[in-house]
Amino acid sequence: MKTKKNILLKVYAALIFIFLYAPIAVLIVFSFNESSSTAQLSGFSLKWYQELFRDSATLSALQNTLVLAVLSSLISGVLGTVSAVGIDSMRNKRLRNMTKSVTNIPLMNPDIVTGISMMLLFVFAGRLLGQSGVLGFPTMLIAHITFCLPYVILSVLPKLRQIDPHLSEAAEDLGCTPLQAFFKVVLPAIMPGVVTGVMMAFTLSLDDFVVSYFVSGPASQTLPIRIFSMTKKRVTPDMYALSTLLFLAILILLILINFAQARGDKKEKKTASKKSSADY
Amino acid sequence: MKKIFSLFAVAIVAFCTPCLLLSASATGTTEALDPESLRGTTLYVYNWGEYISDGSEGSMDVNKEFEDRYGIHVEYTNFTSNEDMYAKLISGGANYDVIIPSDYMIERLIKEGLLAEINFDNIPNYQYIPDEYRDLYFDPENKYSVPYTFGMVGLIYNTTMVSEAPDSWEAMWDEQYSGQILNFNNPRDAFGIAQFLLGLDINSENPDDWQAAYDKLAEQKPLVQSYVMDEIYNKMENGEAALAPYYAGDFLMMVDNNPDLAFVYPKEGTNVFVDSMCIPANAQNKAAAELYINFMLDTDIATANANFISYGCPHTGVQENPDYEWYGNEILYPESVDFETDYFHNLSDETLSLMTSLWDDLMIEGGSNTAVYIALIVVVVAVIVIAVVFTIRKKRRSNLDD
Repeated sequence: MKTKKNILLKVYAALIFIFLYAPIAVLIVFSFNESSSTAQLSGFSLKWYQELFRDSATLSALQNTLVLAVLSSLISGVLGTVSAVGIDSMRNKRLRNMTKSVTNIPLMNPDIVTGISMMLLFVFAGRLLGQSGVLGFPTMLIAHITFCLPYVILSVLPKLRQIDPHLSEAAEDLGCTPLQAFFKVVLPAIMPGVVTGVMMAFTLSLDDFVVSYFVSGPASQTLPIRIFSMTKKRVTPDMYALSTLLFLAILILLILINFAQARGDKKEKKTASKKSSADY
Repeated sequence: MKKIFSLFAVAIVAFCTPCLLLSASATGTTEALDPESLRGTTLYVYNWGEYISDGSEGSMDVNKEFEDRYGIHVEYTNFTSNEDMYAKLISGGANYDVIIPSDYMIERLIKEGLLAEINFDNIPNYQYIPDEYRDLYFDPENKYSVPYTFGMVGLIYNTTMVSEAPDSWEAMWDEQYSGQILNFNNPRDAFGIAQFLLGLDINSENPDDWQAAYDKLAEQKPLVQSYVMDEIYNKMENGEAALAPYYAGDFLMMVDNNPDLAFVYPKEGTNVFVDSMCIPANAQNKAAAELYINFMLDTDIATANANFISYGCPHTGVQENPDYEWYGNEILYPESVDFETDYFHNLSDETLSLMTSLWDDLMIEGGSNTAVYIALIVVVVAVIVIAVVFTIRKKRRSNLDD
């Protein structure tokens, strides 16, 4: 009976993994295809990887996308952490809950609404300043920070909840200034939440199309816009190569972070067990 | 997803119209262009994706060539449809110097004063444009646009899957190919086919004509495998479908990967399109834009683009160039056009919305919209009822525990 259950469990898990990873597997296989067809596999070749590194428009789009993602995730990471700390330290419970819901609304807002409203705002502000053609990299950066911010707040707040509120008081008792207490005690404790938030912001910014489309200007096109615009003809296979490379990069990044976290946990356990043995 | 997106894009347009920047189109200055004075400036080009020779697979990188030749930096970005481009242009948030829209969109842009008159003194290469691509309906006096590509829709078929070579749109209504027919997933093109088959005007403003075309498409629907746009490449190359309408230039790419495919212009007639280079009225660098358009008409540059895009090239220098990949190609440049051809014109708002709603009806299987809404409401109500019942039960239980 038990083994039967086990087999079912394994089959189920396998199905889930196939469901999740089959599209990526197909993409990776076709990135090594000789011909441009996605119908027939005609042989192994690295041709599309070579094409990719010769395609200047795609490379500059990739560069724009990466710069945008890094900047917006870092800035929203800092802003989001600060806001989360502020929200957490609110005394008035009702006000705190209200602020939380208000920061959550953009999270539920459809991208298209965010995009259009942002564009209208930028154009309107530009007109007030007497400028036409305001849309460009800065407006895209502002928009990306805006939609990334709630995710950072959402992942940092629970971490703040978990830590002992007396920790920073204790630190101040031992001679820290409030700022020092934050950087030396609170920040290390909530770091996993901050890292998760920043990573989420990074991936969101990386693949956003709708908001970017509306607030982008006549320069600095991002990768999702470039790929989406290929639908007049067809998506060229060097995009498969690029997606494969991006997937591998994210995979390696995730593995590294997991390793770092596992090591951190081990250390913590060790010091904890040492402490407890010292207590007795 | 894409359709919803386009709809919204059009919706903003309605939003922004009041704050339109209607700068007067520049009056043609007659002084000759001096490329040297433009060195170091930036030119913003807005084009379809994959619609310029970009250096891939050994082709020429046209934008880089322009930068090298004139020292003008090119910022090149892409749009996904004429409607998206229009939304961006009219928002006033972005100033482009060169755009490449299609015929009916150019008609609309001219009507709304969004294009600048081009100074043709600066475009001596205009001499290469053949007569049949001058004085086109959307720009009858040749003031605003310079043709870039042209093409026609035809019927692609798999020779191993049809009993006899089709010569009419009627084949797409033939029951023996049931489940092997593809059609456009875009109302204008799909309606166009039905209208040509019925002998109706594709630019008709008469609601009855559109209703007749709708009935024809509804009749065809049970036979259609799916409504597609660029997925058609995979389906036809893979032999998953026998018949599909698409652009001649794209067929040439498909037949490369599957030699069983063949192409025909149906005898009832077909849609022809022209995509042209234009300069928006709010362009900041008009002189460089004219330099760029002239550069695009240089025979070697135009040949590189024509090879890459594989659509028809309205350029005598290219068409007579024996090194041109599609030199004398029967499909791109048919010797005699003994069937009717017509351009899509800009439809009135009423006709456009009629077409959209008919198309929506067609897509949701003849069922009316209300059925979908009622189903949605039922689901929502059910969810709420279940949630309420559960909370009441839970409360009762906890009361009992107390």
